[in-house]
Amino acid sequence: MTTWRWLYAADPPYRWRFVARVIFKTAALFVALNLLCVLIDPLPALGKLSAYNRLFAGRPRLPYGENPAVAYNLSLFQLDAMFAAHQVARSPQPDEFRVLLIGDSSVWGILLRPEETLAGQLNAAGLLTADGRRVRVYNLGYPTMSLTKDLLLLDYARRYRPDLIVWLFTLESFDQRAQLDPALLQHNPQPVRRLIRTYGLAQRTDDPRFVALSWWDKTIFGRRRALADLLRLQLYGVPWAVTGIDQEYRDDYTPRAVDLPADRTWHGLTEDLFTPADLAFDVLRAGVTLAGRTPILLVNEPMLISEGANSDIRYNSFYPRWAYDAYRQWLHQESERQGWALLDLWEALPDAACYTDSAVHLTPACAGQLAALLGPEIVRMADGAAGG
Amino acid sequence: MSLTHILIFAALILPVTVALPVRWRQWALFVGSVLTIYWLQPALTIRRLDFLFPTATLALVIVCWLATRAPAQPVTRADGLAALVIAALVLALSFGRYLVPAYRLTPSAPPPPSQVAVWLLLATGALWAVARWRGNWPRLTLALGILALFAVLKTEALGTAASRLLRSWQGQTTQLARAEELSWLGFSYVAFRLLHTLRDRQTGQLPALTLREYVTYAIFFPAFTAGPIDRAERFLGDLRALPPLDAARFVHGGMRLAVGIGKKFVIADSLALLALNAANAQQAQSAAGLWVLLYAYAFQLYFDFSGYTDIAIGLGQWCGIRLPENFSQPYLKRNITVFWQSWHITLSQWVRSYVFLPLSRTLLTRPRKPSPTVLALIGQLATMLAIGLWHGVTWGFVVWGLWHGLGLFAHKVYSDRTRPYYLRLRQHPRLGRAVEVVGVVLTFHFVVLGWVWFALPDLAISWDVFVRLWRW
Repeated sequence: MTTWRWLYAADPPYRWRFVARVIFKTAALFVALNLLCVLIDPLPALGKLSAYNRLFAGRPRLPYGENPAVAYNLSLFQLDAMFAAHQVARSPQPDEFRVLLIGDSSVWGILLRPEETLAGQLNAAGLLTADGRRVRVYNLGYPTMSLTKDLLLLDYARRYRPDLIVWLFTLESFDQRAQLDPALLQHNPQPVRRLIRTYGLAQRTDDPRFVALSWWDKTIFGRRRALADLLRLQLYGVPWAVTGIDQEYRDDYTPRAVDLPADRTWHGLTEDLFTPADLAFDVLRAGVTLAGRTPILLVNEPMLISEGANSDIRYNSFYPRWAYDAYRQWLHQESERQGWALLDLWEALPDAACYTDSAVHLTPACAGQLAALLGPEIVRMADGAAGG
Repeated sequence: MSLTHILIFAALILPVTVALPVRWRQWALFVGSVLTIYWLQPALTIRRLDFLFPTATLALVIVCWLATRAPAQPVTRADGLAALVIAALVLALSFGRYLVPAYRLTPSAPPPPSQVAVWLLLATGALWAVARWRGNWPRLTLALGILALFAVLKTEALGTAASRLLRSWQGQTTQLARAEELSWLGFSYVAFRLLHTLRDRQTGQLPALTLREYVTYAIFFPAFTAGPIDRAERFLGDLRALPPLDAARFVHGGMRLAVGIGKKFVIADSLALLALNAANAQQAQSAAGLWVLLYAYAFQLYFDFSGYTDIAIGLGQWCGIRLPENFSQPYLKRNITVFWQSWHITLSQWVRSYVFLPLSRTLLTRPRKPSPTVLALIGQLATMLAIGLWHGVTWGFVVWGLWHGLGLFAHKVYSDRTRPYYLRLRQHPRLGRAVEVVGVVLTFHFVVLGWVWFALPDLAISWDVFVRLWRW
């Protein structure tokens, strides 16, 4: 083996002039590559390069993880890489009826194994459309509560040609002031600004929460974290494929609160100040518009209705009763006005034991119950879509 | 050693090597090495232990120097000056107590300088008394003491007991005592260097070293954390004639450094994300998956360790010291014997010199000499067991050592019996090449299967993985 002889061989006649040339050329190459990186942002192209769905199976949900070493998963902000790692990026089967589930952490499936999530249980149900197509549900939930985040993911996911979109949400995702809070949105200012402009959303395109990259941040050195994340996402694909684990399953989580504080406000708002303008119905309208001819089913997701202390004031730790009641009323009004297909399942799972660490995170059994409620509706809409 | 440490070393070595004459460079290596053992020592939960451990390293090294002086070697003024410099550095480091952590070289606040000064005075007095002792040095006792210390640090039960003792001494709760708290950086390597000098003084092979030379050899900063384990006489030759930094040495050192950084921080650290560990070993759902994790572990270990060796050799070359090679494409070797001549070479050679050969000699001088086969079996098992226990006193390392010991023995028996056949193979180069490829594949997988016992903390998990690897 002589491959590495250059490393171990006896000294060739190196001179300081040679060293100086090497250092100069290396420095010049480094500067040039960094300049190139600033001029042509390589991250989207690199993000699309993925071993998922090729060397190993695609992930059944979008990459998200706070403890990568345990979860074999990590949070990153590069949409191309996130979707390239997902099962949805593979070519559809000829007899497939593609359903995209959009939503928050309850859809993503905190504390649930992939097969236990809503999408997993809908797939396990083996739903068929009237024309014999197999209903294949893709979990595009992401664990932050913002309709604008859902809109961003939906906008990206359109390229995968869904046959039906199911958008699950709860009031918490409607808070107009918190729409741009998710880091995923702040690190994707260009597509979010485009959505704001295109659909005339209530958010500002110059919102200070958007991450503005300096010239330095756009160099290879400045983007080293993002580049490392792309590599780590690929590497964690191996333990994910080997173990089937894609999140940290903790047994010692804090259960959802049943006894509630006597707090009558919702994000600082009181009943007399609360108006529909505080809620992001504009984003919901944008989503339906964006879906175009693809049918979209809106689902007000189930939540814990507490019977503990102060449950006369609040439904759960998220909502005072007045706020949630007003939201539901406005949601129904808007839905009727727009002619949306709305499924209001807010009290469909009344058993408090259905909820794990949050008022909207379901146990595997209750995710199954939700799937049983949602399945027939999906098939009905699929048949309606097929019927034209 | 983090990337930051390495880059700072590189940045400091170059001007020092270029600007200073040989004599001052020797002093720079000495001072740099002393400071480095404090700088690299990780923070420990037992109070002041992260200051005590490097200080104890220095004390142990000085005692061993006294014990390994040549018969007629006096303690010279230069030795006194070196001792004074060490004391001054330790005292100066203790003043870091009054600095903010960012400007402190030690990982946590050191003890008060007054306390350090008292300890230094006491230690100096004790060492002075010891130095004047002209009697026969109890080198064997010293060696056994180092081995006992080694056993405490490498054995969980003893380590936990020692941790409990240290915690109670420091007034900390003993309930949180854990063996992992005794993370004495570099001790494994320093201990083997010291044992080598103690033994070689006994056999008269050790050259006379000044205190400064001995300390620099024992704790030479590029090789302090991950070897290689150099031999004193070889190191001394380089140290006494430190060459100026010419372009060739700069290029070679720089290339080794760059390759080492790539191996360690790009390849090994990436493979670490998917390498076999106790958690994913139990989570893996298929034999194929387990093999993938195991292969990842095998390559992670190689790139990590050989990367550090490249870094040490590269930095050493810049300093003017040619550290020995530790790896030579070990996963491409045709049999397990050649593998062990190319994996952690300096440790293998050390154990061969100080375990295998003395043991073989002892067995051969017995009235009832064992047969060559039995001699080989005992020698191989003892050697590999010693290498296993060097990594830690656990059943996993014992099984790993036995695995390789038996492998080496089996190969010896096999090669003794098949030598004529292999000699005939030389007339059939293609067939010979094919046999070699098969040998490489088999050897690699023998080594990889051995890592199952090495990588996992519990013998039951290792056995479970070992069985599941074959369940397709």
